[in-house]
Amino acid sequence: MTETLPDAAPLSFQDALEQFDPVLGFEVHVELNTATKMFSAAPNAFGDEPNTNVSPVCLGLPGALPVVNEKAVESAIRLGLALNCSIAESCRFARKQYFYPDTPKNWQTSQYDEPIAHDGHLDVELDDGEIFRVEIERAHMEEDAGKLTHQGGSGRIQGADSSLVDYNRAGVPLIEIVTKPIVGAGSRAPEIARAYVSAVRDVVKALDISDARMERGNVRCDANVSLMPKGSSTFGTRSETKNVNSMRAVEHAVTFEIRRHAGVLTAGGSIVQETRHWNEDTRTTSSGRPKSDADDYRYFPEPDLVPIVSSPEWIEELRSTLPEPPAERRRRLREAWGYSDAEFRDVVAAGLLDEIEETVASGASPATARKWWMGEISRLANARDVEPTALGVQSATIIELSGLIDEGRINDKIARQVLEFHLDGEGSPAEIVSARGLEVVSDDGALTAAVEKAMAENPDVVEKVAGGKLKAIGALIGPVMKETRGQADAGKVREIVMEKLGVS
Amino acid sequence: MTADMTRLTAVQMAEALRVGEITSVDLVRAHLDRIDAVDGGEAGLNAFLHVSRDEALATAEEVDAIRAAGGAEAEALHPLAGVPIAIKDLIVTVGQPTTAGSKMLEDWMSPYDATVVERIRAAKLPILGKTNLDEFAMGSSTEHSAYGVTRNPWDTDRIPGGSGGGSAAAVAAFEAPLALGTDTGGSIRQPGAVTGTVGTKPTYGSVSRYGAIAMASSLDQIGPVARTTEDAALLHELIAGHDPKDSTSLPDEVPAFGEAARTTDVSGLRIGVIKQLQGEGYQDGVLARFQESLDALREAGAEIVEVDCPSFEHALSAYYLIMPSEASSNLARFDGVRYGARVEPEDGPLTIERVMGATRAAGFGDEVKRRIILGTYALSAGYYDAYYGSAQKVRTLIQRDFAAAFEQADVLISPTAPTVAFPLGEKLDDPLAMYLNDVATIPANLAGIPGISVPGGLSDGLPVGIQFLAPAREDARAYRAAGALETLLTADAEPLWAQAPELSTAAAQTAGE
Repeated sequence: MTETLPDAAPLSFQDALEQFDPVLGFEVHVELNTATKMFSAAPNAFGDEPNTNVSPVCLGLPGALPVVNEKAVESAIRLGLALNCSIAESCRFARKQYFYPDTPKNWQTSQYDEPIAHDGHLDVELDDGEIFRVEIERAHMEEDAGKLTHQGGSGRIQGADSSLVDYNRAGVPLIEIVTKPIVGAGSRAPEIARAYVSAVRDVVKALDISDARMERGNVRCDANVSLMPKGSSTFGTRSETKNVNSMRAVEHAVTFEIRRHAGVLTAGGSIVQETRHWNEDTRTTSSGRPKSDADDYRYFPEPDLVPIVSSPEWIEELRSTLPEPPAERRRRLREAWGYSDAEFRDVVAAGLLDEIEETVASGASPATARKWWMGEISRLANARDVEPTALGVQSATIIELSGLIDEGRINDKIARQVLEFHLDGEGSPAEIVSARGLEVVSDDGALTAAVEKAMAENPDVVEKVAGGKLKAIGALIGPVMKETRGQADAGKVREIVMEKLGVS
Repeated sequence: MTADMTRLTAVQMAEALRVGEITSVDLVRAHLDRIDAVDGGEAGLNAFLHVSRDEALATAEEVDAIRAAGGAEAEALHPLAGVPIAIKDLIVTVGQPTTAGSKMLEDWMSPYDATVVERIRAAKLPILGKTNLDEFAMGSSTEHSAYGVTRNPWDTDRIPGGSGGGSAAAVAAFEAPLALGTDTGGSIRQPGAVTGTVGTKPTYGSVSRYGAIAMASSLDQIGPVARTTEDAALLHELIAGHDPKDSTSLPDEVPAFGEAARTTDVSGLRIGVIKQLQGEGYQDGVLARFQESLDALREAGAEIVEVDCPSFEHALSAYYLIMPSEASSNLARFDGVRYGARVEPEDGPLTIERVMGATRAAGFGDEVKRRIILGTYALSAGYYDAYYGSAQKVRTLIQRDFAAAFEQADVLISPTAPTVAFPLGEKLDDPLAMYLNDVATIPANLAGIPGISVPGGLSDGLPVGIQFLAPAREDARAYRAAGALETLLTADAEPLWAQAPELSTAAAQTAGE
């Protein structure tokens, strides 16, 4: 028997890629944002008191029967279409049977040999703009399990003193998207992994079928990795790293598994087909449970549910509701707005495309919209520990603020303060400016007095400016601003100083 | 009147209530007295696992008050309002325990009502209690109940059929005029046959299954148990109809089953005798009554034809793969984690797997375990195609046989069971012999079609049942044929249900004290 050498040291990524070609595969679970669960009228809601969003059906009580949530089927079809899949005109659910306390019926209602969507692809945009096509094997509907909290021990079920179970999540609708094996990724495998998961998240967000928040588990990724020696086309044994639930983690997990596999294989060992746990702290994986293709879930067609029949007319009707594909939309917006690649990437990363698009549509220039959303609004959101979108800033407010600046009534700094006052409920920007007396001081008399005072207190600066070092004027603007409580028009201050010292 | 009240049909009770001849409270009390007299003790029938006196009387009082007040509300009462009913303990009820005849659910109280129970409550039929059954409806004799056997009122040393022996015995012994059963392979019809009562297995989807603890989801169907075809038909009307909580429930309008049952004219009706469901394996007395029924129908103008259903030869084998497969899955939820029995292992570590194992080892009886093991095996990778897959193909063939038969005949006819009630204990150690009891009833479940069993006379003093089968959604046709046979056989004689021997109520009472 071959030594499996589980402890062989991982190779460096570079060394691994010199000897092997990685093969990837992903199973991404998307939690739908339907009002009710997959097979019952219990609410589908996150974060409530444990075991309150439950019904006889999702508790698996004796005699309870499932009924399919039509909205979830609609979401599955729309997602299937967005992933360029064929939609099954008729498909069935199946029972996937295993005993586990988070699964109330001791089977998961899923789809087995008849997924609702199959054979599609998703074009994934890499960092340099290159497009990589990921082939989709299938997308099928299923229900989520409850949530176990293990008390004592390591926090895993083994060694725990007791376990608590919350069935609020049991029966929440899921769509599982399974890729075909991804070959030819080479050294870009980790980047492709991240970009794929990111692209899936973008698609489900654009479809508005999921809250798509990875930190809440709305989008969960299992990453399969195997290696084949360079030049070979026979897949190696794969590992499946479960619940890699952030973009970074997906990238790191794939990187680590490639290195680990290479380490084991070059040391003469063989890979064990198993699930792996992702450890965020150490950015490594650890052994889970052995998994073989012969795992026997005793699947059989769910007799309590009739087949789902999707008429071609319905499918076409749903196709007409599909939003512009996210990648195409990004290309279109980047061109229209004229941002640099870096600027645009930052906007995408901040998740503010929708907001900026709306602000631009309301009449702001793309530059102004970006300046506000990426600047002060993001800063305030950060300070308040919320998402920028959660502040409730209206496009009209931004347009009003930038109008006040353009008219010279306030400067940028005052405008930022006005926004904060506005968010605290003090009224519209114009109201705040007049109520608080924040108008820029452009009255020559008051400004001249302030400038004279600043010059008198900073003779060394005056000397420098008089000697031609115009940059030094800045050192006089500060004190003038202080004197006028920030309301001085900086340009005007500059003019007065230059005029007084006779420089130009 | 009180003394005889329990011996009326449900239709007669309803009429007596309507005209004010009796009150529902009197009617319920009379049944409770009867239950007290014959059900308890060593020699008692043990048809009831739970009697809900207070609830039944409260419903009865409500109905009486509405009738007394008169007016629109009284007018709007369901025709069967105030007529008491018993419910098989496989159907969940709020406020009364639901055990499924198993230790696994001892003392378990459902937090919700089955849809059929909601409909019965809405129609204000007082619920007398819950009736005995083979554990999780697995059996043909009610001997597999964890709460003792139910005795056949015709001979208390014999089985009342199963799994719904409690409901059939209760109706036969005048403990209740109406009852609900469930039929997966004959659990309503075979008990009906051996107790001289009427039982219907409706078209699959005719009655909501929501709240019936599932044995085999694709075969299970709730149906009525009564002493006459018309009573059964009226109860069927009450519980039928689309239920959005059951995906397999039919959207159809509920036909007038009662009216169909009252139709006595069979002239021109083509009745098909199924070649495979007679002869070998059927007792002579059963075949004799069957032949007499055919003669009576022919004389009344029906056309008797023979139909060939060659695939029926494999029906029992297919059934004993599909049913246990689905049952093994449906019963997986009983694991001691959320509700019902929870048994911890006597020694060793307390892990979830070991608690689940200990709970299932202690909570399930032998027949349940036998079927779970069979079903688990049949669904296992590598065996699925040979067992579950092949059985489903047989199922399709049986459906085709029926389709062909229904081209030649409007309804089909057979003995309901091959034998009369057998003595308690006779087949308990021979599961295969027990399974053979269902040979004539199983094909209807596999095909999803309706079947009804009506009394066809006696053999050696024990009731024989005659089964009518109709195409899916043509339950009314089965009621029409069954109602006609009932009329023909009772033209010159007392109905069979009225001929049951008097039970030794004193013995039951003494033993109960």
